[in-house]
Amino acid sequence: MADTTQFDLVSPERRLASAAVTAVQIPGADGDMTAMAGHAPTITTLRPGVLSTEGPDGTSEYVVTGGFAEITAAGVTVLAERAMPKAEVTADDMAALIKEAEEALAHAKETFVNEPGPVDDAAKLLADMVAVGDHIRI
Amino acid sequence: MPSLKDLKNRIESVKSTRKITKAMQMVAAAKLRRAQEAAEQSRPYTERFNAVMAGLAASVGGSDSAPKLLSGTGSDKVQLLIVMTSERGLCGGFNSNIAKLARSHAQKLQAEGKDVKILTVGKKGRDQLKRDFGSLFIDHVDLTEVKRVGYVDAQAIAKDVLARFDAGEFDVATLFYSKFVNVVSQIPTAQQIIPATFEEEEGAEPSTLFDYEPSEEAILADLLPRGVATQIFAGLLENGASEQGARMSAMDNATRNAGEMIDKLTIEFNRSRQAVITNELIEIISGAEAL
Repeated sequence: MADTTQFDLVSPERRLASAAVTAVQIPGADGDMTAMAGHAPTITTLRPGVLSTEGPDGTSEYVVTGGFAEITAAGVTVLAERAMPKAEVTADDMAALIKEAEEALAHAKETFVNEPGPVDDAAKLLADMVAVGDHIRI
Repeated sequence: MPSLKDLKNRIESVKSTRKITKAMQMVAAAKLRRAQEAAEQSRPYTERFNAVMAGLAASVGGSDSAPKLLSGTGSDKVQLLIVMTSERGLCGGFNSNIAKLARSHAQKLQAEGKDVKILTVGKKGRDQLKRDFGSLFIDHVDLTEVKRVGYVDAQAIAKDVLARFDAGEFDVATLFYSKFVNVVSQIPTAQQIIPATFEEEEGAEPSTLFDYEPSEEAILADLLPRGVATQIFAGLLENGASEQGARMSAMDNATRNAGEMIDKLTIEFNRSRQAVITNELIEIISGAEAL
């Protein structure tokens, strides 16, 4: 049996999960990564996506948007601005998130006319949101 | 001298007031428990967030490329005060204390020749500050319809504040709210949120060397705006608990005062009733003697 590491998932409103797990798959801003016990200390920001954990108590999946993950020797802490168990996410929730991302993109296009940076970021956020929506519908 | 009937009415009316204040106290107690729970639930997030931010800020802060939200605009001419109070009254000195702190802060800044702008959250504080600083108000956030403060509410306020910051409307933002200590004590607090400040944690463990993905600067730039929302959210929750705590003790006092008043009025009522009886007896006796 593989070593376990402490995993905490907290959102501003509540603590969603706190358990010993063997592996956490994190949707990092630069790509997905899997953290297991003994992972090098890392801090990464999150992109909207599905975070999944594997542990002695089985696997669980959460939809997270915005925030960051902190991997230390003591464990993995994910601070997500919004997080909910995947099973509880409804199509309406996703639609609301996508709409928000669309508005952010429109806003970015207006505000930063000749700066591609923020507009690209907003477009990527929207694409990620849509991808999450497609992913969990399967 | 009030008549017996008047006294009786007074007693009845004070009794019903006592019933209301008692009920309000109990409602506040239940709400307080919920507000405290909400505040406790959010604490792990806020604490971790601030710890990571403090570490990041310490390593990036010195460089010239540090984001404006951290290093400031290089000036402190225009000050924004975000005054958070409650939507409802009858909670003792809760709103007045926050307003008082904000007022003295604003006067001090004005004396120093700075421009002051005020954004109010909650209508009670707005009402109190309107007379002195009405011309400085730039916006008002109404949370009357919100039953339970959520992170989205804080995000909405943060978004507005950040948009104003990006537009160069102010240089420094300070948040005013009441920190919840316990039911009888809430401390009005002023906290600077832009540029961000971090308290040095006492006895903090030597920071681990982290890998950053993407770069430290990018993470910091991503997290700073979220930090503003987090601070506002924490302030809102503290305020919620403080408000209910203040209301609870205010209503407790009111209930006790009503009880004392009822006792006093009852004694007066009994005295005047006895006086009336004595008078009647004297009249009967002297009538009988006259015959």
